[in-house]
Amino acid sequence: MLSIKNLQARIGDKQILNGINLDVKPGEVHAIMGPNGSGKSTLASVLAGREEFEVTGGEVVYNGKDLLEFSPEDRAREGVFLAFQYPVEIPGVSTINFMKTAVNQIRKYRGQETLDAVSFLGLMKEKMKLVEIDQSLLNRSLNEGFSGGEKKRNEIFQMAMLEPKLSILDETDSGLDIDALKIVASGVNKLRNSNNATIVVTHYQRLLEYIVPDFVHVLYKGKIVKSGGKELALELEAKGYDWIKDEVAVA
Amino acid sequence: MSTVITTKSLSEIIGSFSPGQEATESRKQAIQILEAKGLPAGKNEEYRFTPITRAIENVFTWKTENSPAEINSIDQFLIEGLDANVVVFVNGKFSTSLSKIISPANEIKIKSLREAFSSDSELVNSYFNKFVSPETDSFAALNTAFWQDGLFIHVPANTSVEKPLLLLHINDAAQAQVIAHTRLLAIVEARSKLSVIEKFNTLGDQASLHTFSEEIEVKENAALEYCKIQNDGGKAYQVINTNIRQADSSRVDTFTITLSGQIVRNNFTITIAGEKCESHFNGLYMLNSNTLGDNHTVVDHQKPNSFSNEMYKGVLDGNSKGVFNGKIFVRPNAQKTNAFQSNRNIALSPSSTINTKPQLEIWADDVKCSHGCTIGQLDEEAMFYLQSRGIDKTTAQAMMLYAFTAETLNTISNETVKNYVDALISERLHKNF
Repeated sequence: MLSIKNLQARIGDKQILNGINLDVKPGEVHAIMGPNGSGKSTLASVLAGREEFEVTGGEVVYNGKDLLEFSPEDRAREGVFLAFQYPVEIPGVSTINFMKTAVNQIRKYRGQETLDAVSFLGLMKEKMKLVEIDQSLLNRSLNEGFSGGEKKRNEIFQMAMLEPKLSILDETDSGLDIDALKIVASGVNKLRNSNNATIVVTHYQRLLEYIVPDFVHVLYKGKIVKSGGKELALELEAKGYDWIKDEVAVA
Repeated sequence: MSTVITTKSLSEIIGSFSPGQEATESRKQAIQILEAKGLPAGKNEEYRFTPITRAIENVFTWKTENSPAEINSIDQFLIEGLDANVVVFVNGKFSTSLSKIISPANEIKIKSLREAFSSDSELVNSYFNKFVSPETDSFAALNTAFWQDGLFIHVPANTSVEKPLLLLHINDAAQAQVIAHTRLLAIVEARSKLSVIEKFNTLGDQASLHTFSEEIEVKENAALEYCKIQNDGGKAYQVINTNIRQADSSRVDTFTITLSGQIVRNNFTITIAGEKCESHFNGLYMLNSNTLGDNHTVVDHQKPNSFSNEMYKGVLDGNSKGVFNGKIFVRPNAQKTNAFQSNRNIALSPSSTINTKPQLEIWADDVKCSHGCTIGQLDEEAMFYLQSRGIDKTTAQAMMLYAFTAETLNTISNETVKNYVDALISERLHKNF
């Protein structure tokens, strides 16, 4: 589904990604871990098409297509979804109106009929249950005045609505208490199937207790320096990141 | 403030109008002021960014009468679904045939100001030309000297006027240029309530110049809702002097939207002459092509314990120019005043400009005042957020701008009017969501 080869990217003069290699197949969950500043969020942003980042080398092939050629909106329409670490507050735009616009633009792109108000509401009600989000929240301006947990739940709600093939969760656990974390994780798990894939970007192992990864990759200084199964996350939790840094330094 | 005579055409302008029979004293005085000061030139601080004098000198010929208007129907100017008293001015003249008053006579008196000079002389003499100040604005002087027609409104005490008043200013510049100078005098007596909506429309391709001076007295415990819609033709020049004076415990809600025209200048003053007043003072200018929209506003707190909140926003595209000047005065006596002001602007094109200047003069020491003005582009992070959900850039931009403008409409309580304004904004944004 996704094949990243030697991906390099920078922001301004600062090189952040120094040759990432990663293969993701349908049905898989990959966790990207790493210390602060290792380039985890940059990788998520580059995949979603954030323009401040300049790709300086390498390639990203997504379902046989060059992902980097697509605009951010076309990536979404092709099935890529980024759950933001810091979801943006947009006063004056209701979540419902925003989602209806998004769903219908995506449907149009895919040559599907747009949804009328009734069918959209039906779809929304179904997905709301999945992430235990209340409609009163969705009637309000997008993320405005939402608590950290509500914002993250709204991200997962949007993910449920858009039914992406590749979901990238950027530090979704940050700012969540354990109850909110469980709700968010359970939403993500319910959305998993054999046709879609998930990349979970996180600093801590905590989230991975609830969203269990098939593979764990450690990112350090813009490179994946170690990959393994879910037990790698536990090892990192127990030993911290320093031993990885030491290993890299020795090598 | 120095006003320099630069216009060689001033004598021509003065010579081209025969002042009306009413208010001869104030007309004479205004002509003297005009002769002494002329129209504001480039060096005039108040018109520094708005070269209207130069423009009208070059555009208008002064020795012609307005050509007869050919307006048979006002349907296209109405607000669909709005059940209102409709008053129509065509080329500066009050049209009784096109106007339609539906409120009962004991609720509201609506008539020609010229007529009111004899029929309601006591009221007119107490309020006429008391709030407009020809000394400080030469266009107010021009208007005071040469006003052709006007509207007089009186709401008796303890009366809530159920139907709003829709005032249509129609200038028919299809055949030739139009020059109109009109007035409004309204008195909303104690514990009464009135809603006024003003629309400015010019037809045809010729130039029009419209000066309009308004004086509105809002008495004790009375409420006024005021909405001004400026969606005028491409060669329309306007200088509107709006003056609202509030007495104790009164409330005023205003909304001014400027969408098009050549040069639109609004001098809008709210004088809080009573205690415990509330004023919500909103405006929105969404300009494109070569339109210049200039809002000079004043909130004058003269008495203690009042609240005012001013919020003007601008969206500038094309080669448009936006000007905002917001003065807040808190007089020595006006303790416990709460006065807030904000002016936020979004520049969409590199060739659009905005000049914004807050001007707070506070002489009282126990007050809460704040102001803020910003000029920026659309928030890129928010744009990316919307795009990352599959929404194209154009729609994302329209959504952001729509959201940006939305809160300025909070001062409109009439849903039909609000929907109408919303539709104008949506059309400007090519809204498709």
